[in-house]
Amino acid sequence: MSKVETILANMKAVAANPKQAIADAQAKTGKAAVGVLPVYAPEEIVYAAGALPVGCWGKATKNISKARTYLPAFACSIMQSIMEMELEGVYDDLKAVLVSSPCDTLKCMGQKWKGKCPVIQFVHPQNRNLESANVFLVEEYKLVRKALEEALGVTITDEAINKAIDVYNENRQAVRKFLEVAADYPQVIDPVARHAIMKARFFMDKADHTAAIKELTAELEAMPKEAWKGKKVILTGITAEPDEFLEILKEFDIAVVADDLAQESRQVRVDVPEGDEPLMRLAKQWQNMYGCSLATDRDKDRIPMICDMVEKYGADAVIYCQMKFCDPEEFDYPLLYSKMEEKEIRNLMIEIDQQASSFEQIRTRIQSFVEMF
Amino acid sequence: MSELEGMTAKQKLAYYQEKMYQDALDGKAKGELVCWSSSIAPCEFCEVMGIHMIYPENHAAAVGAKHGALAMIELAERRGYSLDICSYARINLAYMDLLVEEAKTGVTPKELEECPGPRIPLPDVIITCNNICNTLLKWYENLAVELNIPYIIIDVPYVHHWPIPEYTKEYIADQFEYAIKQLEDLCGKPFDRQKFIEVQEQCQRSVNAWDRAMGMACTVPSPLNGFDMFNFMALIVCARAKYAAEDTFNTLADELEAKAARGEDAFKGGEKFRIAWEGIACWPYLSHTYKSLKSLGCNMVGSTYPGAWSIHYTVGNMKEMGAGYCKMYSNTCLDHKVDVISDVLTSTSSTGITYHLNRSCKLMSFLNVETAEIVKERTGVPYVSFDGDQTDPRNFSPAQFDTRVQALAEIMEQNKK
Ligand code: SF4
Ligand code: SF4
Repeated sequence: MSKVETILANMKAVAANPKQAIADAQAKTGKAAVGVLPVYAPEEIVYAAGALPVGCWGKATKNISKARTYLPAFACSIMQSIMEMELEGVYDDLKAVLVSSPCDTLKCMGQKWKGKCPVIQFVHPQNRNLESANVFLVEEYKLVRKALEEALGVTITDEAINKAIDVYNENRQAVRKFLEVAADYPQVIDPVARHAIMKARFFMDKADHTAAIKELTAELEAMPKEAWKGKKVILTGITAEPDEFLEILKEFDIAVVADDLAQESRQVRVDVPEGDEPLMRLAKQWQNMYGCSLATDRDKDRIPMICDMVEKYGADAVIYCQMKFCDPEEFDYPLLYSKMEEKEIRNLMIEIDQQASSFEQIRTRIQSFVEMF
Repeated sequence: MSELEGMTAKQKLAYYQEKMYQDALDGKAKGELVCWSSSIAPCEFCEVMGIHMIYPENHAAAVGAKHGALAMIELAERRGYSLDICSYARINLAYMDLLVEEAKTGVTPKELEECPGPRIPLPDVIITCNNICNTLLKWYENLAVELNIPYIIIDVPYVHHWPIPEYTKEYIADQFEYAIKQLEDLCGKPFDRQKFIEVQEQCQRSVNAWDRAMGMACTVPSPLNGFDMFNFMALIVCARAKYAAEDTFNTLADELEAKAARGEDAFKGGEKFRIAWEGIACWPYLSHTYKSLKSLGCNMVGSTYPGAWSIHYTVGNMKEMGAGYCKMYSNTCLDHKVDVISDVLTSTSSTGITYHLNRSCKLMSFLNVETAEIVKERTGVPYVSFDGDQTDPRNFSPAQFDTRVQALAEIMEQNKK
């Protein structure tokens, strides 16, 4: 196996079996695991506490049974899976779980946690251009810090948070660089592999992830670029799981040259800025966030951002990955759609459903979409 | 004001509502500013600036009650809005599109012509407050972008642990100042702080009159039925900052007091059970739900609506005003929500409660199971749940509703024995 193949195989193994990956990371570092629900949380505080932050983004769960009692069928697909897993005790080894409240569904999810560990809910302010919003968020993060200290029995110092910010910023920069480079190597980094690398971030110590990513990027850069005969697309939405969907893209020679997925690029879009007070630095990262359906934006810059991405990456189309029953994303779609039509950008909306039992319909739609090119 | 003399509360309600819509249309024609606002956003600032207010939720409810929702909803869906989105938003966004088309072409689109709801003008500015839900933030963001107009946000962060922290109040108070600045820029004139005091005083008088009238539902038997409350709610939404609300609710309270003194109840002696209704009304089926409950002798006396607009604060105190707009149970944790609903049951002597599982409204649905169970444990009051939607008529089944409330009536009957 080449170095690239080995790294990809590792990442895929991590992404495919988070439980094992978390156990391995814990065995290696002796760290306790803390869950982080979508979409954004100050993971750096968890990291500074000497714990391993673990992303909880649901999984393909065909049969929702236990969760039916607590969540109506019109809750988003990802939270259906999470609720099912809460009830199955999947998260019971976690020491705590962080839940943000950017949409109505998550506000409720934070109040109805069925797992055994304590739930730490917090809110991001939405009038984000104001300095008072940062001051507010610092206070929320103080509560997060305090609750984590209690759950983990540790003291979290400013110094440790600042150090964690360095680790995370380095990871975000490394991932962004990787994504740029990967766009030129679609033969090597296919949609499934690309996603695995992004997903593995959630279950690995970020320092280890950074090291692997940097190595992978260097290996790629040393390889000759080959012309890509297939199509190039940009994915936007919350997630583009499960893999069956990405396999279909692969099957039709569609490369993902960039993404605006909450689970992927949005996680690394903005670094934590410089400063002295670490919680204020983290608060300002939220202020600087852009192009996301969950961060209120009076100008909805996500629309020009995606149009610009199409140009920058020479993409043939945009695929709107609509998480089933996710209303923040459903609101953005019609406006983005109109703009793309106006600019003659090919686009397709695909419903993302963790409860999907068949992908035939998606295959047919992708096939006819490609044929239209 | 002589034409108002001798009017009943119901007549005043109709009069004032129509007048506000007409004033906004006339004002717009004269070049005055119009603002679209969410239903529990602070109205004080725009009132000071003399801006006409339109409330899309009220308007969508009126369109729904007059059976005009489907036409709008279909337009929204054609535009790409998923049918999973709040139906108020879908109706309003479609209506906005029609108004824009009319403004551009000079021709009134057929759907607009035929829409049974009141006509409203396009806004020059919008204001939203997420004390009801975060859906409003997205909905208004779309309005702001489509119309390219100023967007005033009053972000009242979700209170995940009651009580409201001081730092939340400070953040809201600062946003009030920012809203004032946005309005000063838009209107090109300074914000009159003296007038602000007067408007706040009016709001407090209106809210006191609202409390007085709605409080009559606690009388046993009750002279007020909750479906009237649903109707009168329109005015506490749109006229809190005006004498109209104070006037109407005081008239209503006088009428209800007189009725109670005569020993009359809302069902002419037929009040057999007193129940609470949790959630929004099903506007397209208002009459069905009312008649269905009435046939069982159920007077709906308990609701969280009265409390939602019972926004009290010390005039001149921005932080307190901020807290007033933050405390709605929809914006607070499960514990507080349970407290609020339990209080409604106790204060109105309700012996049953229905929970509206609203297909449009995630926030007012996703904690229903937990809320219902804890409230029942605490108060012993039985509950039923039904599927519905406040304005999308496709998501309500009259038969299911009837069966559920019959079941509730049977349990209440048993509990009586
Ligand atoms: S509604 Fe959307 S943003 Fe909210 S939890 Fe579900 S997927 Fe996430
Ligand atoms: S019905 Fe629900 S989602 Fe719609 S505006 Fe009201 S609170 Fe928000």
